[in-house]
Amino acid sequence: MVELLGPHNKTSKEGASAPAPPQHEDLYAKRRQIYPKLAHGKFRTIKWIVMALTLGAYYIVPWIRWDRGEGIPNQAVLADFAGEKFYFFWIQIWPQEAYYIAGLLILAALFLFLVTSLFGRVWCGYTCPQTVWTDLYIWVERAFEGDRAARMRLDKAPWSFNKVWRKLGKHIVWLIIAFWTGGAFILYWHDAPTVAKGWFTGEAPLSAYWFAGILTMTTYFLAGMMREQVCTYMCPWPRIQGALTDEDALNVTYRYDRGEPRGPKRKDQDWEGRGDCIDCNQCVQVCPMGIDIRDGSQLECIHCALCIDACDEMMVRIGRPKGLIAYDTDTAVTARVEGRKPPRWHPFRVRTILYAALMAVIGGIMVFGLMTKSTFEVNVLKDRSPPFVRLSSGDYRNGYALKVVNKDTDARTLILKVSGIEGATVSVIGMEDDLDGEFELPVDAYGVDRYRLLVTAPAGEPRRTLIFETTDPETGETTRNSVPFQGAK
Amino acid sequence: MTDQNKDIDTHSGTETTGHSWDGIKELNTPLPRWWLIVWYATIVWAIIYMILMPAIPALPGMGTNTPGLRNQSDRDNVAVAVQELRDKRAASSAILLDASLEQIETDRELQQFALAMGDSLFGDNCATCHGSGGRGAKGYPTLADDVWLWDGTLDGIQYTITHGIRDPENLDTRFSMMPRFGRDGLLEAGQIDDLVEYVVDLSGREADGAAVERATPIFAQQCASCHGENGKGMRNVGAPNLTDADWLFGGNRDDIYNTIYNARNSHMPAWEGRLDDASIKALAVYVHSLGGGE
Repeated sequence: MVELLGPHNKTSKEGASAPAPPQHEDLYAKRRQIYPKLAHGKFRTIKWIVMALTLGAYYIVPWIRWDRGEGIPNQAVLADFAGEKFYFFWIQIWPQEAYYIAGLLILAALFLFLVTSLFGRVWCGYTCPQTVWTDLYIWVERAFEGDRAARMRLDKAPWSFNKVWRKLGKHIVWLIIAFWTGGAFILYWHDAPTVAKGWFTGEAPLSAYWFAGILTMTTYFLAGMMREQVCTYMCPWPRIQGALTDEDALNVTYRYDRGEPRGPKRKDQDWEGRGDCIDCNQCVQVCPMGIDIRDGSQLECIHCALCIDACDEMMVRIGRPKGLIAYDTDTAVTARVEGRKPPRWHPFRVRTILYAALMAVIGGIMVFGLMTKSTFEVNVLKDRSPPFVRLSSGDYRNGYALKVVNKDTDARTLILKVSGIEGATVSVIGMEDDLDGEFELPVDAYGVDRYRLLVTAPAGEPRRTLIFETTDPETGETTRNSVPFQGAK
Repeated sequence: MTDQNKDIDTHSGTETTGHSWDGIKELNTPLPRWWLIVWYATIVWAIIYMILMPAIPALPGMGTNTPGLRNQSDRDNVAVAVQELRDKRAASSAILLDASLEQIETDRELQQFALAMGDSLFGDNCATCHGSGGRGAKGYPTLADDVWLWDGTLDGIQYTITHGIRDPENLDTRFSMMPRFGRDGLLEAGQIDDLVEYVVDLSGREADGAAVERATPIFAQQCASCHGENGKGMRNVGAPNLTDADWLFGGNRDDIYNTIYNARNSHMPAWEGRLDDASIKALAVYVHSLGGGE
């Protein structure tokens, strides 16, 4: 209570010696610059290969051509907003079929879950764009400024010509890479050769400049400046990760059962009574996240396995078996600590089987859907105003808008037949009266055609149902639409 | 305030405002730097904005507001946008002008263009009275049904839209005038009562037989010249068919009495001059498509 009253009370009670203000813990930690050292080994090689494949795919895919016929984009992978279609090699998705995209996202999420419960954060460590581009940017940084020790020295050194050109060169190359990243992004949304040429002649759409600019800046800042902070503070995946991994997942693990007690070792010392970890700090120096894997599983760790490479190299040098840091499960480590034989790693667990089964089901539905995809689609929209009109004869009439989507690359003529109500007559605006209740509807190649229909029926039940049957006489493909017919009692 | 006068709160180590209320003091915590930076940035932005854009309203003797260096005016922008739209439409409108109404309706491409254009024009200009989709209301004809007072053909609809109905400003307007039988004393109230029964009988409903008989000569004398001897109406004077189930002003006895007593001569303005010819053509095709026209 006394403290809350403030200083004027203190001076009167305790006299001149007011207590020093209590030290508050600073809640804001300044970022510590991380200088990852270059690792050598199996996982570093795998990461180089993955980087080459993912970046290669990203830059090359939009240039692949795929002939689809006259008047249709010939780009293999294209999200065509202007034409309202998505192309993926032999697959074409119309806006009406956006559920395939949803299915693809669900599959991707399930695959991520499955991989995570099997091998931990493989996505984060190897294929996440943030990881790949950061790795690339560090490679550039290393080319200009040298490895860890040289970079640390350079940063500490006063400004000099040497420092300026190295820093400047690095940032210029970073910006060039960033620009190519943003530039390649827009190729997925427009015809690649056209937009690439138009971009430089000022003929590309404004959105192309806008998004190229945004992606350039995000790449430059996220991969060049922010790096591990993106993973630690911005990305939701590390949080979700906690719910997806378990004690049976293969994670990058420091085997403390073997490593502890750690400590530096002199040549003449014996390995008896001590752990294999010689506290050389190599695993910390190569870590792009700036953490110590020996502290155990942690949010910041992206499981890139570079510490495994660093540690293995050290173990070979000091003549101990590799794998002090390795892909291992919590179950196995715990078993060894307790002196039991670690159980074999078993990939078939309830969780992984469930994920795989769900993927199989959704994938199966999608494949089935794609195989049996209709080549045309008919939508019938009943007029809502007026819902119906009463004619002078006492009959009722309803108006309908008919939309025919022709996904075929040839124009064709479909046969429309309306049935379901006794004595109903149909007319299509702009067409001759029907013959035997059938209409021939010409539809354009690869497009949407609209027709306006009027159906007249004698008074009867206020709500009846009409069947619109549309058939391609050549292939026999048929779609049926049930639509309501309204009239007062 | 000099440093000696600074009153530092011992608990937080922050300066206070120096005021004390019942021993409670207010901390004088400095504003967060990010907040200050944003604040300064908005001030700089405001100055730039005032220089570039219209900002200061008309001061005495100035006449108008400051136009700013960019000379930005929303009113001018709208005018430019409207002109741009006109230019954009010009090409398609030209095709509509060249084609006949039948061609527009049967050609799939022209039809879709005219229907889209007609739909938006109808919503802006016609739906106020005729209702969306031409559903109609009491006194305002339903355009989606098969009843046409004057003419339901493409050309007839175009004529009606162009010249209106009983539009005093338009020389070619469709015109007819039903006499106000009751109000002008042309018929006695009893005679009108009998006529109501006659009209009810015409439309195939139960009516007072004696009254129908009394009204027969009156109908032949007063009404048949426009509505026809058998009450089937007459198109060239816009006289409605009295024998069908459709009633523009209501079909019950009170409504019919009211119509005969006061007459109903409703108006529709001519759209010639308000809409260009291409718009009227598009509207004619649209209205014709609503109920299939004639």
